[in-house]
Amino acid sequence: MQRKTFTRLIAATAIAFGIAPLGASAQAPTEISFFYPVAVGGSIAKYIDDLAADFTKENPGIKVNPIYAGSYQDTIVKALTAHKSGTPPVTSVLLSTDMFTLIDEDAIVPIDSFVKTADDRAWLGSFYKAFMLNSQTGGKTWGVPFQRSTIVLYYNKDLFKAAGLDPNKGPATWAEMADFAKKLTTKDASGKVTQYGVQIPSSGFPYWLFQALAIENDAVLANDAGNAVKFDDPKVIEALQYWVDLAKQGTHPAGIVEWGTTPKDFFEKKVAMMWTTTGNLTNVKNNAKFDFGVSMLPSAKRKGSPTGGGNFYIFKKSSPAQQEAAFKFIKWVTQPERAARWSMETGYVAISEAAYNTDTLRKYGRDFPAALVARDQLPFAVAEFSTHDNQRVTKALNDGLQAALTGTKTPAQAMQDAQKEADRLLRSYK
Amino acid sequence: MLHQPSGNSALHAYLLLLPALVLLVAFTHYPAVATLIDSFFSTPKGGRPGVWVGLENYEVMSGDPVFWKAATNNLWFALATIPASIGLALVMALWVNERMTGRGFLRMAYFTPTVLPMIAVANIWLFFYTPGYGLLEQITGLFGLPSHNWLGDQRTALGAITLVAVWKEAGFFMIFYLAALQSLSPSLREAAAIEGASRWYFFRRVQWPLLMPTTLFVMINAVINAVRMVDHVVVLTRGGPDNASTLLLYHLYEVGFKFWDTAYAAAITVVLLAVLASVALFQFFVLDRKVHYQ
Repeated sequence: MQRKTFTRLIAATAIAFGIAPLGASAQAPTEISFFYPVAVGGSIAKYIDDLAADFTKENPGIKVNPIYAGSYQDTIVKALTAHKSGTPPVTSVLLSTDMFTLIDEDAIVPIDSFVKTADDRAWLGSFYKAFMLNSQTGGKTWGVPFQRSTIVLYYNKDLFKAAGLDPNKGPATWAEMADFAKKLTTKDASGKVTQYGVQIPSSGFPYWLFQALAIENDAVLANDAGNAVKFDDPKVIEALQYWVDLAKQGTHPAGIVEWGTTPKDFFEKKVAMMWTTTGNLTNVKNNAKFDFGVSMLPSAKRKGSPTGGGNFYIFKKSSPAQQEAAFKFIKWVTQPERAARWSMETGYVAISEAAYNTDTLRKYGRDFPAALVARDQLPFAVAEFSTHDNQRVTKALNDGLQAALTGTKTPAQAMQDAQKEADRLLRSYK
Repeated sequence: MLHQPSGNSALHAYLLLLPALVLLVAFTHYPAVATLIDSFFSTPKGGRPGVWVGLENYEVMSGDPVFWKAATNNLWFALATIPASIGLALVMALWVNERMTGRGFLRMAYFTPTVLPMIAVANIWLFFYTPGYGLLEQITGLFGLPSHNWLGDQRTALGAITLVAVWKEAGFFMIFYLAALQSLSPSLREAAAIEGASRWYFFRRVQWPLLMPTTLFVMINAVINAVRMVDHVVVLTRGGPDNASTLLLYHLYEVGFKFWDTAYAAAITVVLLAVLASVALFQFFVLDRKVHYQ
């Protein structure tokens, strides 16, 4: 770990390059650097460059420099390293769940300090409440929703018909999903499964998909302050038991299901129903060679899904003029018409009611109703799991989930172990 | 530097060495020392600077089950990849060293995995291992074997990533063996043929001893790679399921750049460096004596 040196070197380089332009012109436009990740397919980078250019055209005093920074994980590594060296980006799109980490590192400023006019306040109030849950803590707003998603259930209508199920309705309850999955599972002569009923990916970030099960069973994994978790709640264990049982009954693949190959499994008809992000909608639309349906996740005690995806943040160690300029850009880019376009380009959920009321999205929704399922599910959505020391606590949960899914621990044992680890990690944040 | 006894020539030598020295000090030696110092401090967070905590980071490490899991995994990973990739490289080199048709094509085929970027090939292997329709499943399916989730099972995940590493490395080591084999004098082979030595005898008593310097070099590289190769872990399993396939460097990355516990990460780095250094020293000073140089 050569971070200290690394950051010093970066700082030195930045200074070396920073000094040169100083003498050149005093009346330069305010430049704001903008780090963004790309987490879904499509030509996102080009679209963002166009947005920045359009913004500068309308606001000649401000120049936005979009910098593609890799995956979400790469982007936060770059942004935080730059922050520690004293020259962070002015604004960046990072995971909404990184909020506590960014606050703990003292890296960002609350958005509220820029909200001054009535128009600003109306804008901040226009976002879906479900997305603001991950953007606010301690009475302050720290992030602005941008590329947000939720989990939905995709199903193969042809296979539904073949199994004698109604192709226009996805499973509404857990019992129904287990029952559908049984009907949709087929085996060859030797008893080998050729097509599974359902699959819920469990590689990488199983906590996100599991959180949906927990919500549906009316359990809350973390408190709003982000300093206490309840993994060993009987309702949480029951939710995990349901997942484990699906695999035990042979209607869900055994072991860990890879997130990356899940859409492919669906296209290959190896699975009839899959849980994945709405961000995959455009991918499925382009690659599924059969009629597919999208439905809300089934409920046990209630409907629900966590939200996910990225927010805009404004970094502390930039000049007030830059921060104001960044705020202006963020406000501009989240206007309904642009949010609607963004949603269509990417498959992300549009972030406000107003965006869905634009002609652009109304028409898109009429032609392609599956695009509206995520919006309809939003009233039931809750904040994505996020705590202080987020990645570590999340890892404790992920490890527990994978242990239960691979059968090395019982669901109860796995969740109790995860709870113990999380309690230890969070003790200094009480 | 200036008051070196031999005056001008020493000054010249140092000036010539300076550019490389500056780079090495800036990017290797100073960071190593800084890491050692950082490992005795707490992680600076927000406005709070790091404070002296002595050996606490090392105590945390000895009580960290994931660290031990990663260390054991890494040991198995090394024990499997080092002999397997070296052995395979040697066999391939001996084969493509023969005169036969299609030799150029074979050499290229064996070397291809080395040229391809690891992230790209790991994504291809991801689909090889995919249960149901992956390449591996299609082959085992032909023999009527049951379907298996190679990467999603705690018992096979580590083996699966080990195989990818061997596949990737063997071609690279083959090049060194091939170069060494071609530098051997053809008269040795002729002499052996006249004496009526079998191919195995010729290999065991002539080629293998003469290849020892190459083997030592390749082995040092293999040991370093066993600790250094983690790109495919990121793509294939991300250390899962439940840390079954996590390796030391991957754990280090997680601690440093996902958990931002940089001080603890520095402590792990120091241990990793110490282990690697002692292995390399052992190889240089103990094994080196047993190597026959021409």
